[in-house]
Amino acid sequence: MSMNTVGRVTRLSGAPATELPGGITFTGNRALMLEEPLIFERGAVDRCGVDLPEVPAVASRLGTLGRTAPIDLPGLSEPEAVRHYTRLSRQNYAIDLGIFPLGSCTMKHNPRLNEKMARLPGFADIHPLQPQSSVQGALQLIDVLATWLMRLTGMPAVAMSPKAGAHGELCGMLAIRAALEARGDARKVVLVPESAHGTNPATAAFCGYAVENIPANARGRVDVDALKARLGPDVAAVMITNPNTCGLFEPDMVEICAAVHAAGGFVYCDGANFNAIVGRVRPGDLGIDAMHINLHKTFSTPHGGGGPGSGPVVLSEALAPFAPLPFVRKSKDGFELVEEELAGPNSQSFGRMVAFHGQMGMFTRALAYMMSHGADGLRQVAEDAVLNANYILASLKDIYTAPFAASGPCMHEALFSDDFLHDTGLTTLDLAKAMIDEGFHPMTMYFPLVVHGAMLVEPTETESKASLDQLIGAMRSVAERMLESPDDFRTSPHLAPRRRLDETAAARKPVLGYKPPLSDAA
Amino acid sequence: MRYLPLTQPDREAMLAVIGAPDIDALFADVPASARLDGPIAGLPMHASEMLVERDLSAMANRNLTAGAVPFFVGCGAYKHHVPATVDHIIQRGEFLTAYTPYQPEIAQGTLQVLFEFQTQVARLLGMDVANASMYDGSTAMTEAVFMARRVTRRSKAIVSGGVHPHYVAVLNTLTRFTDDEIITATPELTPGKPGDDLDQLIAGIDATTSCVVVQNPNIFGHVADLTPLADACHAAGALLIVVITEVVALGAIKSPGEMGADIVVGEGQSIGNGLNFGGPYLGLFATRDKLVRQMPGRLCGETVDADGKRGFVLTLSTREQHIRREKATSNICTNSGLCALAFSVHMTLLGEKGLRHLAALNHARAVQLAERLALIPGVELVTTSFFNEFTLKLPVEARPVIRKLAERQVLGGVSLGRIFPGVAALENGLVVAVTETATDADFDAFEDALDEVLA
Repeated sequence: MSMNTVGRVTRLSGAPATELPGGITFTGNRALMLEEPLIFERGAVDRCGVDLPEVPAVASRLGTLGRTAPIDLPGLSEPEAVRHYTRLSRQNYAIDLGIFPLGSCTMKHNPRLNEKMARLPGFADIHPLQPQSSVQGALQLIDVLATWLMRLTGMPAVAMSPKAGAHGELCGMLAIRAALEARGDARKVVLVPESAHGTNPATAAFCGYAVENIPANARGRVDVDALKARLGPDVAAVMITNPNTCGLFEPDMVEICAAVHAAGGFVYCDGANFNAIVGRVRPGDLGIDAMHINLHKTFSTPHGGGGPGSGPVVLSEALAPFAPLPFVRKSKDGFELVEEELAGPNSQSFGRMVAFHGQMGMFTRALAYMMSHGADGLRQVAEDAVLNANYILASLKDIYTAPFAASGPCMHEALFSDDFLHDTGLTTLDLAKAMIDEGFHPMTMYFPLVVHGAMLVEPTETESKASLDQLIGAMRSVAERMLESPDDFRTSPHLAPRRRLDETAAARKPVLGYKPPLSDAA
Repeated sequence: MRYLPLTQPDREAMLAVIGAPDIDALFADVPASARLDGPIAGLPMHASEMLVERDLSAMANRNLTAGAVPFFVGCGAYKHHVPATVDHIIQRGEFLTAYTPYQPEIAQGTLQVLFEFQTQVARLLGMDVANASMYDGSTAMTEAVFMARRVTRRSKAIVSGGVHPHYVAVLNTLTRFTDDEIITATPELTPGKPGDDLDQLIAGIDATTSCVVVQNPNIFGHVADLTPLADACHAAGALLIVVITEVVALGAIKSPGEMGADIVVGEGQSIGNGLNFGGPYLGLFATRDKLVRQMPGRLCGETVDADGKRGFVLTLSTREQHIRREKATSNICTNSGLCALAFSVHMTLLGEKGLRHLAALNHARAVQLAERLALIPGVELVTTSFFNEFTLKLPVEARPVIRKLAERQVLGGVSLGRIFPGVAALENGLVVAVTETATDADFDAFEDALDEVLA
């Protein structure tokens, strides 16, 4: 048995579970559970699933630089390729299959209208360097989306180009650094609550800042006294997630922002949890200076198995002049994409963050979603997201340890811990894997770090009451059975396409690409 | 509202279970000064699918699409034909609506795709190992420079003038507040080798150099042999970083790995992904085995499950921000998963045979057009060794020419004046990209229009 870096068991031995007479099938398949080899094992370099026109005879311009050595890229015919990827797809859990209650990740329904709109040729088949006169509709879309984001957050400016949440954090922190340097202020420290996402300290370090932690209080909120005591002329910024990663609103946010400003610093708000408050609270009214918005969380653009994301950043008046290039502005002839440094008071941009103008495909999807909901629907989104999370918290807190339930309602996610399993020797990991056998994607495990054995459950507003009741029923049943017969749960899952995978071996001797068996290579 | 399943009776029943009198009670922690009583002003109310579609289609229809006109725009994004199968696969909900594969037992689909993708990319770039993708080519290049600094413990990077100027701008932004020293060069339109002189780059390498960054084919389309540069880097203990913005080229030209690169980064959009006005795209990142622990970004690795069956997991995460926090190799917390899937499906449909055919076709068509346009009086073909993109020197400034071509419904390339603003020596340069999508009729239309505009 071995542990990974956060101390959870990742490798267990156990007998295979099978009810099949004789125990095996010829194929290794189990009815609809189909095994699929790698393309390197089933394809061939001379097989092709694309028909291309003949190559005209011309004198090559490549001289001796032609690629002559084999590349060894296998191909498949179209039917084989469709089957390969379709079979692989069926080994994935997805929001289309059921609730995906990953806290902090906001896995909500991804409307198919968004996909259709992003594929309109007028958005999908235009080049980022076409003449601006030929892309006025695209620039308009960016401008309209920017207006939505500014009004929803109550902020006066927004930078659209960051490619993901962490990239947005980088944008906000670079703007803060640029603003401080512009006034000749060489502050060196960024304060980050210990419950923060790992990206916050990583981003601050990337911008050249020393990172110091701020403790949480017993109610799961930032310890305001500790924060205030640390503020001073060396503190450039405070990075706060609100609602925070314990799923709680920071009730002292206005006071915190005022204190940071009084000390000459800036407040960066991690907007990962904006879904909890969209339409009900404008972060600008709390006094923040910058916040990224994960379009792939709050505004329903698909996560796609790990990306692409999109992380526009809203900025205060103080930071707006330092926003990155390029940006869209209205001009007398329509919309203009400003790509070059300008003369005059707006010439303080900290520069370019990406090759082109941001995640246009995600902008289109997010705007389709916003227009569908409208200002009224988005408010309802926050209300239903918070209602669903509190319903889960209320329905489970008698059996699951709920560290902050006594302090009042949660926001969009309910935080539990595995303390109640203490005597069984089972942990959050075992519970998560048992939920897999129940047909659910597990909750977020071991985050936030401030709660030992954390389980963070975020249902989102797109779950019905029946869906929540089934999740609650399964979580209660699993917990009860774990307390009764703990040994039944030490090697879960049993029914997934794979049993527990050996992460330790994967990291110790990394195999990061396919290598043919030695007999083939000879 | 069609995306919200709760009914009013549901909401009331749930509030009763919670023991809250109303929804406002759940927002009690929000300070009174920040509570909003109703929908935010200045924004429209909810709309039907039909209405949203109508409004967005109106915006889409204001754009001139690449597929509707003769189209020759490149410089980091390329219009290739993407097989219908690719979009079908990436729209399967099991891929589209999955999260990062943190629970590998129920994410083997995504993980096996990433493992296959990493292998395809490594082989294409001629390297040992590739990661599971980055945001785009420009951010991947910046990450490569930071990686070279970690590996060499030196802080001076020399960047070729042939690198995409927007990529250089991103690097300059992200090193603005660090003590990295970035040496850049202003390129020249030297006939036969536009960009900069490799011998000059070599002469600039010294014992404090962490890396040399060079693009091949470069921003002007020029293809070079980087082997002498690689040798010079290695002799000085520096790394060679090679940038690729048109990966289809690697079906025709020697890979960066074959020329001695230590890190290869690139934009993978050309395979499987549409133009999308610049994003989302696909950053590629590959290196040598011995450097893998300094690599940024997600990595998928092979392992076995408790029954001994092969399976895949995200691995080496001790490099990453969620474990290492401020000591991580990067703050990156995402990859371009779905774009990587699109790349991988397209590459699997092509296979080596198809990729080589596609590359040969692109090259041949570009040669054909280059030779035709070079016959127009006053037009000089500056790039003589190229793949599917070349630079013309026009007798006049290229930026207005591009606009006049667009008025004639021809999207005729990228003016160097747009991407190198203020560099007078480049302002007559026009970069023309030719892919398999351009027809003979498109060639005729371009030639006629350019003739007319320059006359």
